[in-house]
Amino acid sequence: MSVLIYTESPLAPADAAYRRVIPAGDFWMHEIKAGQTLRILDLEGNQAADTLFYRATDFRERYSAQDTIRENGGIYLTTGTRLYSNELRVLAEITADTCGRHDTLGGACSCEANTLRYGHGTRHMHSCRQSFLLGLMTWPGSTFDLNKRDIPANINFFMNVPVTPEGGLQFADGVSSPGKYVEMVARMDIVCLISNCPQLNNPCNGWNPTPVEVLIWN
Amino acid sequence: MPLFVPPAPSGTSFTTPRPTGPVPHPAPIPADRLLHEDTIPGGSAVSLVVRRHTTLRLTALETGANVSFLCFNRAEPIDRYNMPDTLKGQHTAKLTTGFMLYSDMGRALFSLTGDTLGWHDPLGGHDTAAHVEKKWGAQNYQNARNAWHRNSRDHFLIELAKHGLNARDLVPNINFFSKLATDSEGRLSYVPNHARAGDHLDLRAELDVLVVLTTCHHPLDSSPAYGPKPIMLQIHSTPPPAADDYCRTYRPENQRALYNSELFSL
Repeated sequence: MSVLIYTESPLAPADAAYRRVIPAGDFWMHEIKAGQTLRILDLEGNQAADTLFYRATDFRERYSAQDTIRENGGIYLTTGTRLYSNELRVLAEITADTCGRHDTLGGACSCEANTLRYGHGTRHMHSCRQSFLLGLMTWPGSTFDLNKRDIPANINFFMNVPVTPEGGLQFADGVSSPGKYVEMVARMDIVCLISNCPQLNNPCNGWNPTPVEVLIWN
Repeated sequence: MPLFVPPAPSGTSFTTPRPTGPVPHPAPIPADRLLHEDTIPGGSAVSLVVRRHTTLRLTALETGANVSFLCFNRAEPIDRYNMPDTLKGQHTAKLTTGFMLYSDMGRALFSLTGDTLGWHDPLGGHDTAAHVEKKWGAQNYQNARNAWHRNSRDHFLIELAKHGLNARDLVPNINFFSKLATDSEGRLSYVPNHARAGDHLDLRAELDVLVVLTTCHHPLDSSPAYGPKPIMLQIHSTPPPAADDYCRTYRPENQRALYNSELFSL
């Protein structure tokens, strides 16, 4: 196991301008203005928060996993990581992290991917991309028809997906625990879409999906 | 009872087991099976349809070649190659013989039925005009004519537009013939001249697939001079995957992905 670096935030929850608990299996979609800070808090531990970002005024510009890992020089996200868009602009920057490592290679679960990963018996179980789609389809600020084309590879906050030097990729035990959080400052006006992962078929949620909380400071 | 039933879900694991036994080596293409052959100069792009159960062979014609690669289900291009599904479903951060390219609808688009190289990069993304200019300076068409500096991003947008697609369809791509090494801390490093002249890989289409590829530099290529390398592209007819096909049996996930493609083709 490599070294994890923890960075505490000076921000007090009592001063937050916005707080919302997202139950497992729900989505949360919200605009975050440039300069505002978003915290995602893992309330009960080992809970994957599947997260996407879009530029608020044009969703064609969105989070890009490949650009983010290449421009940061590494596959794990933590304090100091800049979250890049597909236009190679910084959407947000991680400024505090008490978990130490987050994933952006594992993507989000879907009903269709569940069939190949766990068998066709899981086809009708809930999944993150169902939540993403419902979020996109009901977003009132949309200026054009959003659909599955607008789901890029996402971030999995609190998820641990180590890659070995031999090129293997594993779903390891979570490195998160109750009360761990990650915090980021928006560098432009962005819309954040979170699916609080409902997956029951792998260890990404510790086999027990639980709520997360989001907090925003001005 | 229907004849076409899903394979059993048994065998899924969260570790990284690999089959034992010999890995199939790409064989020479018999002349009577070769359907199409073309040479793509470095710094160029092409889009083409590869029909189900034909095989696309890509060959590096010079050392240090790179192919930035996207693919879509031709019948429904909104169904497209998905990097995270491909990697997590097969517990890999590299691509070589045995692996499949999964779409975001749980289908196998391509099977990697042969490979002389052992590692192709699914992580690094593609280069842009800004990357090229920063490393090697701008060289526009007015000044340089056919020696101008080109990049994958612009090529992808142009080729996608020819098929009614746009930047929303520009998903994470593969870089065939390139390698990014990952250390124990997750740091990435580019391996120069990974592919040698003559290295090749075989991609068997499991649906009719729209391929968009460029022969531009890998975005982390640190060569001292701009100089993308040419490749050869060949399509030949191949039999449908049998029950004991190497890629089908490589992982239980592959068996189910192939079932999903076969279901789509009923």
